[in-house]
Amino acid sequence: MLNITNAKDGDKLIVELEGRLDTTTSPQLEENMSEQLGGVTQLTFDLAKLEYISSAGLRVLLSSQKTMNKQGEMIVKNVSEEVQEIFEVTGFSDIFTIQ
Amino acid sequence: MDKLIVESTKDNLNKVLSFIDAKLEAIQCPMKAQMKIDVAVEEIFINIASYAYGNEVGNAEIILDINDSNTKATITFVDEGIPYNPLEKDDPDTTLSADERQIGGLGIFIVKKSMDSVEYKNQEGKNILTISYCWS
Repeated sequence: MLNITNAKDGDKLIVELEGRLDTTTSPQLEENMSEQLGGVTQLTFDLAKLEYISSAGLRVLLSSQKTMNKQGEMIVKNVSEEVQEIFEVTGFSDIFTIQ
Repeated sequence: MDKLIVESTKDNLNKVLSFIDAKLEAIQCPMKAQMKIDVAVEEIFINIASYAYGNEVGNAEIILDINDSNTKATITFVDEGIPYNPLEKDDPDTTLSADERQIGGLGIFIVKKSMDSVEYKNQEGKNILTISYCWS
């Protein structure tokens, strides 16, 4: 299960993810991002409550990063130890700006 | 040893993970190890569901074995689909920038990096992939 909370303030968007970002739930996030990203120049993913991520979830984060490279910046914050390990194994820790 | 046989459809992912998690929770496997194992299981099962039988659906067999001291899980995936050794796939270049990175191709790489061992064999027309992970 994945809960997505969007907080928009002008051209800034904070997306909070809670639960699991896997093959089953990542289409939900993909749809959310394509609806929300228009006009956004600063995107923040808050992963404090994200318990699990697989390659399906990484794919959506990477695609958001590619979009934001064209229109602004993306920040990933509050990454748990477990999720951080997946980021490191896959080289995503170098791609994302992690705070 | 526990065994689960399911149809190779993505919809069965939760059934597969529940099967693995129930056992790992029962032996009090640490959460961090459980997540690593879950991710590996997801990547492999989704590969089977996506490619093993082309557009058809076949069976996937998942066998879970825990050692006597409850510190190591060995999981075997068997399918009777197209012979395919995922370990022969080139690793993605993890040093590329976001724009250069391909979307996808990461699943089996995560499995190789996070598990202690990953072995493939083709026997009697079956793809047999075995992963193991020790958490202490």
